[in-house]
Amino acid sequence: MLKRGLQYALVASLLLPAVAAAQGSKLLATGGASTIEGAGGGGIVPWATLSSYADTGEWGATVNLTEVQVDDFRLSVQGASLSWNNRLEVSYAKQIFDLSTIGGELEQNIWGVKARLFGDLIYGELPQISVGLQHKNNQTFALPSAVGATDDNGTDWYISAAKAWLNGPFHRTWVANLTARRTRANQLGLLGFGGDKSDSAEWLAEASVAAFINRYWAVGVEYRQKPDNLNFAVEQDWRDLFVGYFPSKRLSVVGAYTDLGSIAGLDDQHGWYLSLQASF
Amino acid sequence: MKRLILLASLLLMPLAHANDLYQQLGEKQGISAIVEEMLYRVGGDERIVHHFDGVDIVQVHELITEQVCDVVGGPCDYQGETMQAAHQGMGITHADFNALVEHLIIAMEKHDVPVAAQNRLLARLAPMYGDITEE
Repeated sequence: MLKRGLQYALVASLLLPAVAAAQGSKLLATGGASTIEGAGGGGIVPWATLSSYADTGEWGATVNLTEVQVDDFRLSVQGASLSWNNRLEVSYAKQIFDLSTIGGELEQNIWGVKARLFGDLIYGELPQISVGLQHKNNQTFALPSAVGATDDNGTDWYISAAKAWLNGPFHRTWVANLTARRTRANQLGLLGFGGDKSDSAEWLAEASVAAFINRYWAVGVEYRQKPDNLNFAVEQDWRDLFVGYFPSKRLSVVGAYTDLGSIAGLDDQHGWYLSLQASF
Repeated sequence: MKRLILLASLLLMPLAHANDLYQQLGEKQGISAIVEEMLYRVGGDERIVHHFDGVDIVQVHELITEQVCDVVGGPCDYQGETMQAAHQGMGITHADFNALVEHLIIAMEKHDVPVAAQNRLLARLAPMYGDITEE
């Protein structure tokens, strides 16, 4: 799957520059990484920033590939996004969750839309504020249904605020993002939506902080509250510690150490996260 | 108590050295070279070069050098127009502003300005965004 994804990315990177020869004007790393749900952001938290480098009057696109390998599971994500005018982002992601130990595979598609309402990541007093939605369709609902999930699709709504401090502590540039998400997705939606323990949507908090060592390298942490809707197994909050590398506006690489807690009854899921994004 | 004083003096040290930003940029000569590099790059950037049509680039170089020198606490006194007056009606966008910032960053990198000094200068120039852009 990774191989096929890489082929797609390669083909896309060969074709797309012809379409959009000029690279966007946003500053390096500000459009740099994609989340596992397709939206622009950190690794597990959608940020108020939009993906790609499309600034005023510009179009931008990304393709991204992410692999997460924890003790008993593996998540593969292929995503793409289109952004316009530093205002609007449309994203798509396909997630395949390999139940390595239990056996079997879960799969879902996610369509996302995000709009910057006001404010700016770098300039002015206000943080950049964006709202977004992610509509998720679980393609493998037999298992989620069997363990108590109510629906095979659902929509997450979120509002995010992001701010950069050009000359933060240690004279480094720091970025923080806070996201509030209304969701009833179990393990992102891979285990369906709503459940026998709790069936209603709730607001959850997500946060990221990163420091740029220089403009090419960043280190940071992310935290994401999770719902807990199913009786068969407890769902826990996620966190990760990441390093981002932005060699150019074309490419970014994010590596992370993740702690995904208990998943489907298997505790202490730790492991590695690797994400590649190509921007056009 | 001795430890406390030591700790306090360590914490306050950055204040005592606040003026080293001017030195780290290479003083007036270094700033002039960085601004020249930046403007040279702007000249080759079709996104924003039209904003400089009919402008006396030598004078612009002098003014920006003077202003940066002033902003970082160097022995200069910027006498040019306010940023608002100088850019009124030019229709400078967020994208245009970022393009210039990018050229400045690359110019500082080329002149081996340490990251900390780059960030300190950028943080002092960024508040001009509101006066320069129109959106």
